[in-house]
Amino acid sequence: MNIFVCVKQVPDTETKIQIKDDKSGIKTDSIKWVVNPYDEFAIEEALKLKTSLGAEKVYAVTLGPQKRVQDSLRIALAMGADEGVVIDSEEAMDTRTTAKALAEAINKTGNPGLVLTGKTAIDDNSAAMVQQLAGTLSFPHCTNVTKIEAADSTFKVEREIEGGAKESFEITGPCVLGATKGLNNPRYPSLPGIMKAKKKPVTVHTLADLGVSPSDSGMRFTDYKLPAEKPATKMLEGDVDAQVDQLVDLLKNEAKVL
Amino acid sequence: MKALIFLETNNGKIKKSSFELVKWCADNNITTQSVILGDFNDDIKTQCETYGVENLTVFKGDTSYSPLNWAKSLSEEISSSSANLVLGSSSVLATDLFSRASIISTGNYVNDCTELNLEGDKLTPRKPLYAGKCSCAVEFMNENTKFVLMRPNQLPSGEEKSVSTNISEKELSNSEASVKATGVSESTSDKADLTEANIIVSGGRGLKEAANFKLVEDLANVLGATTGASRAITDDGWVPHSMQVGQTGKTVAPSLYIACGISGAIQHLAGMSGSKVIVAINNDPDAPIFKKSTYGIVGDLFEVMPKLTEKFKSVL
Repeated sequence: MNIFVCVKQVPDTETKIQIKDDKSGIKTDSIKWVVNPYDEFAIEEALKLKTSLGAEKVYAVTLGPQKRVQDSLRIALAMGADEGVVIDSEEAMDTRTTAKALAEAINKTGNPGLVLTGKTAIDDNSAAMVQQLAGTLSFPHCTNVTKIEAADSTFKVEREIEGGAKESFEITGPCVLGATKGLNNPRYPSLPGIMKAKKKPVTVHTLADLGVSPSDSGMRFTDYKLPAEKPATKMLEGDVDAQVDQLVDLLKNEAKVL
Repeated sequence: MKALIFLETNNGKIKKSSFELVKWCADNNITTQSVILGDFNDDIKTQCETYGVENLTVFKGDTSYSPLNWAKSLSEEISSSSANLVLGSSSVLATDLFSRASIISTGNYVNDCTELNLEGDKLTPRKPLYAGKCSCAVEFMNENTKFVLMRPNQLPSGEEKSVSTNISEKELSNSEASVKATGVSESTSDKADLTEANIIVSGGRGLKEAANFKLVEDLANVLGATTGASRAITDDGWVPHSMQVGQTGKTVAPSLYIACGISGAIQHLAGMSGSKVIVAINNDPDAPIFKKSTYGIVGDLFEVMPKLTEKFKSVL
């Protein structure tokens, strides 16, 4: 069996976001793309579980314009994934259609025993891929996962829920698991890893190869807007007592949040 | 349009953010059916009768969360109520449940919305992208069921409206055996979850050492606030990671966010810039947090925070 890790490339957090003139999206020409931070936990876990599950290969799967996703894919391969799968697409699609494309690519590659990805991507924060991919593959899922113990096809997982509590589950694989912080500490690609990555095989699919059409999407994002400018910060002057008095007064009578 | 409202329960009560949705539907004359999964008791029934929940289906069964069985029961209720809009409040549980059910019921799923605009029969939610650096309208392009999750504290609060709730009971699905719940640990706090809190007091490296986090807790207790933290101090183990606000932590949007000794790295700002009012207390006048703040105090935390706690005690 094989382990699949779905990796998304997202704008670096430091990126200044600029809107296209027709408001149909953001300007992408000066963006620095990075691996979605939650996906790094997923890659690390796949590499750790490869031995204990006796998996044949770890595949890194990504979707996007081939030129752009290349870098994120190379990082996954440099960290230790065995092969890459690219779904080459320039089109904007909703999460359900993206899930379908990923599921088709995974099935085409074959024999998934475990699919890992980040619990959400920091660009659109849809937090849907774990569940929608699992639903499309007819696999069980668990997301927000902070611990995985795997033996044969049984996965004992722990996930974080509200208020810092942990829920534990026993899942019969194959399954899709969504990684969050706390699961592990992702390794940095080593220099030999980076050199080796250049020679690792990468399979490229088009959407048409996978029987998916962007027009299957049931929704799209439009009318992009920057947030309204916040009014200038009011710095409170005087000694500590005066600052504290002003603050409480402003919160009560101006901001009215108390 | 007919809406199915998912009333999320936690610790034997319906979360208050669920009633924002009940009120929104009532204000817009939308026919509704509400649904509760797993947990049900007299307090919950009273809440429904107090906050205008007219029609309720309760799926009784195992109260521990089971992703597949819950999604199955929710989808069953969508078909039997012929709802074409499913509304919930964004949370760890609802996000999981809605996105899985959207595959079973062939629907369009969108989460973390901050606006819900209705023109005639056309629903257009708005959601923040890139950690709030911009936002977009969400346009639905077919008639499939819409699964929409609103961020808490964005719509007007629920309103008391006395009704007699018409309740029907069903059995929660238990046919999916591939995911078995094996336990839940005690939650580490009895306060509202960070993602739902109305007031948050957060601490960072400026507190100098773990023991001083007590200053944050004292201030939070006076305000009935939830405590949060910067990544720096969760990584150092002063407080659990579940309290981290920002990228790789929680995204929060309270009415009031008080940042104490947090310089304001872009990853932290990414998680809290949606707050209505931001107060920053820091000894460095050039700290980036001040650029995002409504009110700023440049000063010594160890002097300012105890005085602020005392002052709140005397006026609240």
